[in-house]
Amino acid sequence: MPGVIRASNIALDGMLNLQTSREAIIGVLQLLRDDEMMRFNFLTTLCGIHHPDLGGQELGVVYHLHNWLDNVRIRVKISFPKDDPHVPTATVLWPAANWMERQEYDFYGIVFTGHPDLRRILNVDDLDVFPMRKEYRLEDGTRTDKDDRFFGRDGHVGQSFD
Amino acid sequence: MANIAEMPEGYGGEGFFATSLAKAVGIARANSIWPLPFATSCCGIEFMATMGANYDLSRFGMERLSFSPRQADLLMVMGTIAKKMAPILKQVYTQMAEPKWVIAVGACASSGGIFDTYSVLQGIDKVIPVDVYVPGCPPRPEQIIDGVMKIQELVKNEPLRRRYSPEYQHLLEKYQIA
Repeated sequence: MPGVIRASNIALDGMLNLQTSREAIIGVLQLLRDDEMMRFNFLTTLCGIHHPDLGGQELGVVYHLHNWLDNVRIRVKISFPKDDPHVPTATVLWPAANWMERQEYDFYGIVFTGHPDLRRILNVDDLDVFPMRKEYRLEDGTRTDKDDRFFGRDGHVGQSFD
Repeated sequence: MANIAEMPEGYGGEGFFATSLAKAVGIARANSIWPLPFATSCCGIEFMATMGANYDLSRFGMERLSFSPRQADLLMVMGTIAKKMAPILKQVYTQMAEPKWVIAVGACASSGGIFDTYSVLQGIDKVIPVDVYVPGCPPRPEQIIDGVMKIQELVKNEPLRRRYSPEYQHLLEKYQIA
């Protein structure tokens, strides 16, 4: 598929990684699922990722596919800018992607266009941050009696009570 | 041997004993608390040991656990409370009838414990008033029993009208509980 697969490599765990674009991702996934040779029938998981140092390509989504017939797995990655976090939904191929995409929306603010019900799934509804993005603090702002030194942070973030 | 509650202060003589109604009611309440276990994690396991034959919380008049908040007197919160669980915990608390008491068992229920993170409630006293905190991660059954006995002391010595006092109303208002 010239121009669609931007890069590929074998990961340390022996799985083939493909890098593609969000414009092509549904086509790539569909080919992997429906092609008679590929037969990657199962979407194991999909997950978001945030690399704050990759300018313009900070956010990503990683799809893990599994061919049950030949027991082969594959990883497909896309990345895109944080300011435009839109990805076409994979629910058109696997209904199971519904909750997985809701989770990635919940934690990374990735908007899956065409998703039937894109709401937060694990966090409280009124949370106003995307907590797995690295610009947000992991600690809770309402804590009143936590000393950072006892959480391995030693004054880098949060507070110390001396 | 039967475990008999101690006599309250009072005036006694040949064939009679007089004390205040508050003291008699306090003793009755303190020795027939129905706890509602709200157990979410390992502290709940310790509580199961506390209810078991070795430690036997029934000795304190707690033979019957109440799994409906409407008949419960004591809310025992044992374990990590996620923020998403907080409104449910608060609803359970408001469904309990007065008089009611709350015990926070373990570090997580008391302060969020090791879970210093965005998703965990940093202590149940952020959403409901707490009477007794039991430290430990998790606390041993002995510690839970100690906390329960502290609750019994509160129940025994609490004035009957305290629940109508302006201080108590103010406390509930602070938590936005009507």
